[in-house]
Amino acid sequence: MIEVLYFAWLRERIGLPKERIETSAATVADLVEELKAREDRYAAAFADLAAVRVALDQELAEFDAPLAGVREVAFFPPMTGG
Amino acid sequence: MRVRVQAEPFDFGAECGAFATGRTDAGAVVTFAGIVRDDGGLARMELEHYPGMTERALGRITAEAMRRWALRDCLVIHRFGTMLPGETIMMVGTAAPHRADAFAAAEFLMDYLKSRAPFWKKEFGADGSAWVAAKDTDEKALGRWSED
Repeated sequence: MIEVLYFAWLRERIGLPKERIETSAATVADLVEELKAREDRYAAAFADLAAVRVALDQELAEFDAPLAGVREVAFFPPMTGG
Repeated sequence: MRVRVQAEPFDFGAECGAFATGRTDAGAVVTFAGIVRDDGGLARMELEHYPGMTERALGRITAEAMRRWALRDCLVIHRFGTMLPGETIMMVGTAAPHRADAFAAAEFLMDYLKSRAPFWKKEFGADGSAWVAAKDTDEKALGRWSED
C-alpha cells in the first residue's frame, strides 16, 4: 500500500486530497498510467505531465524514479511560494 | 537558523527587531517581506502547502544558505491559509559579518523558496478564482546559483 497525495489543481481535478492505493507499479510513470486508466478525472489531471511535479517521501523526484520502498507519493503543480 | 510555517499573521517589524537585536558577531542584517499584492480586483489569496515536506524543504534551503555564505544566522517565516491584500505572506532574514553575504543569501533563499518549497497560491476575485502559474523567470532565477 502506498499513500498518494494531491495538491492544488490536481487535488481539485481528482476530487480528493489523498488516498491509499494498492499498486505494483515499478516507477512513478507506471503509477501515473495506472491512475489515468482508472477514471476520466485522473486522466484529466495527468493529461499534461509537463505541468506536474512529483515528490517521493517528501523529496522532489523524477517520473522515472522507482517506487520500491516508497511510502508516500505526492503529485502537484510547479510550486509558487514566496 | 530557524524556519516557521504557520497560518497566523506575524508582526514583520517585531520579527526583524528580534532577529537583528543582540548580535555582536554580525555587522549586517538583511530582511525581506513578501506581501499580498492586489493587481486589481483581488479579494483574497489562499496558500496551500504540503505539511511535512514544507518544513523539510525550507530546512534544507536554509542549511544550504548557511553552507554557501558566511552567515551567522538565518530565518524563514512562511504563512499558509487565507490572506488579504496587504498582508505579509512570508519573510526571510539573514545575518552575516558583512553585507554582501547577507544580501546574496537573502536572494538565494527567496529564489529557492519561490520554486522549491511546496506552496501553491490561489487568487480569488470578483470573476472567480485561479491558481497562480509558476513563472519561467522564477525557474531561471535558480540557474544563477548553480555551483557547477
